[in-house]
Amino acid sequence: MADARALVHRRAGLRLWLSAGWIALVAAAALLAPWIAPHDPLAQDLFLGRLPPFWMEGTEPGYWLGTDSLGRDVLSRILHGARIALIVAVIAGTLTCLIGATLGLLAGFLRGWVDLVISRLIDIWMAFPPVLFSILLIAVLGPGLTSIIIAIVVIDWTRFARVVRAEAMAQGAMDYVASARVAGRTRIGTMLREILPNVLPTIVVLLTLEMGIAVIVEAILSFVNLSISTDDPTWGGMIAEGRTSVHQAWWVLVFPLVTLFLTVLAFSQLGEGLKDRYDPVLQ
Amino acid sequence: MTDLLRITGLHLSLPDLNRKPLIGAAPRIHILKGVDFAIAKGEIVGIVGGSGSGKSTLARTLVRLLEPSAGTIHFDGQDISHLSEAALRPLRRRFQMIFQDPMSSLNPRHTVAQIIEGPLALHDVANPSDRMREALDAVGLGQRFATRHPHQMSGGQRQRVGIARAIALRPDFIVADEIVSGLDVSSQAQVLSLLERLVADLGLTLAFISHDLSVIRRLCNRIIVLDKGVIVENAPSAEVFDTPKAAATRELLASILLPEVGADWQT
Repeated sequence: MADARALVHRRAGLRLWLSAGWIALVAAAALLAPWIAPHDPLAQDLFLGRLPPFWMEGTEPGYWLGTDSLGRDVLSRILHGARIALIVAVIAGTLTCLIGATLGLLAGFLRGWVDLVISRLIDIWMAFPPVLFSILLIAVLGPGLTSIIIAIVVIDWTRFARVVRAEAMAQGAMDYVASARVAGRTRIGTMLREILPNVLPTIVVLLTLEMGIAVIVEAILSFVNLSISTDDPTWGGMIAEGRTSVHQAWWVLVFPLVTLFLTVLAFSQLGEGLKDRYDPVLQ
Repeated sequence: MTDLLRITGLHLSLPDLNRKPLIGAAPRIHILKGVDFAIAKGEIVGIVGGSGSGKSTLARTLVRLLEPSAGTIHFDGQDISHLSEAALRPLRRRFQMIFQDPMSSLNPRHTVAQIIEGPLALHDVANPSDRMREALDAVGLGQRFATRHPHQMSGGQRQRVGIARAIALRPDFIVADEIVSGLDVSSQAQVLSLLERLVADLGLTLAFISHDLSVIRRLCNRIIVLDKGVIVENAPSAEVFDTPKAAATRELLASILLPEVGADWQT
């Protein structure tokens, strides 16, 4: 019994440390990109086009992960691309979480007409096809970082609202809510002091999941050329460019793809790891 | 006037959402059908009834978690039957409730200290942490329990926390709704004797709700028997046990499990 618990704990700890470690690495890359990147991510050199990564033949020293068809250094572009990815993940993820979780909490706990209005809004919202909706939004707002963030928030708040509403509703039926009322706590006080701590673990898991999704959405929008201007290196943009020359230079596609994959995976695992580590009920 | 609580003509009906038609209001289920009784200061009244008799609904109405459809509840001379939540708030510290299932009534993500101090802070009680420690001592839990979460305790210990939370406010009146029905027999006995002692020490008035007459017999001065939303018996304990008048009472008495020990048991 005690052994099994320790095993679960160790595994949870490993998950937390691996995912937090990778995200710390990406964050360090984003912060220090101008200083640690070996080359200018935009510098083109047609004589150094499609250099393979360092372990293959015909490389040039200093270009660790090779170059793309315009001779730009892949590693430097990945490091710089981490900036956009992280900014989008953190800002869009947090805003989506704040708006969605607040509406979900209000609907699930207060019920009545508040729930009616918010639930109908969620139903209508979810009937829009998300990709078309975001393309439409960006067409209206014009491409750019802010537009991407707005598009993600506008589309994804329902993800939070739905789950948090259901969770708040289940918690609202518990006797500790009735007990808070007998003690004389106000409705809003009960929502914040009693319900919120019980919904918080779910919110944290959703938040980190959403950060991963935000990175993917940014990559998808870059892929269809609706993200930042093509001058700024983004992972999605690199994948789009790499796709055209995948038979001649696979590394231009594969390295940003692997980075993207690991980052999204790390975000989703971070939430679960944090929950396992800090939720008092799981201690 | 020594009645702390006086209930007259209490009716309560709730909408039956399972049978709500597509358009229009749901039909209402009539749960309490004209209940009259009074509880004097310092009295321990047992309210018994089978399942579906409306006793838990009555418990929740007494502390105004539910609003009566008709009739009045007077607490210490004041009509509280239709007071708004805001108007009730200052009165709330005077009547408290202990719930049936502490796993549900104690916030799983709060520590015992937070659970007991929460209501104290709401009513601006001075030195809430001192009062919390006093309450823990009073229910026989050590100070080391203050930092625990509900899931780290046994059922009996959790219910003691529920009691500590209720008495920490030093209320005049406590409603205890089936508080031992989820406990094993030895914890039941411990919690009951604890409650008996606290009522005597603190001069509490108690409404003890249960489906089990054997639990009530030991604790209560007077017994009210509820059947299908009406009171069928309201008499001193001894009288109810010796000469039960209503059929529902006789049924409840018959359901008490008595240990039948044979003559040769000792061998």
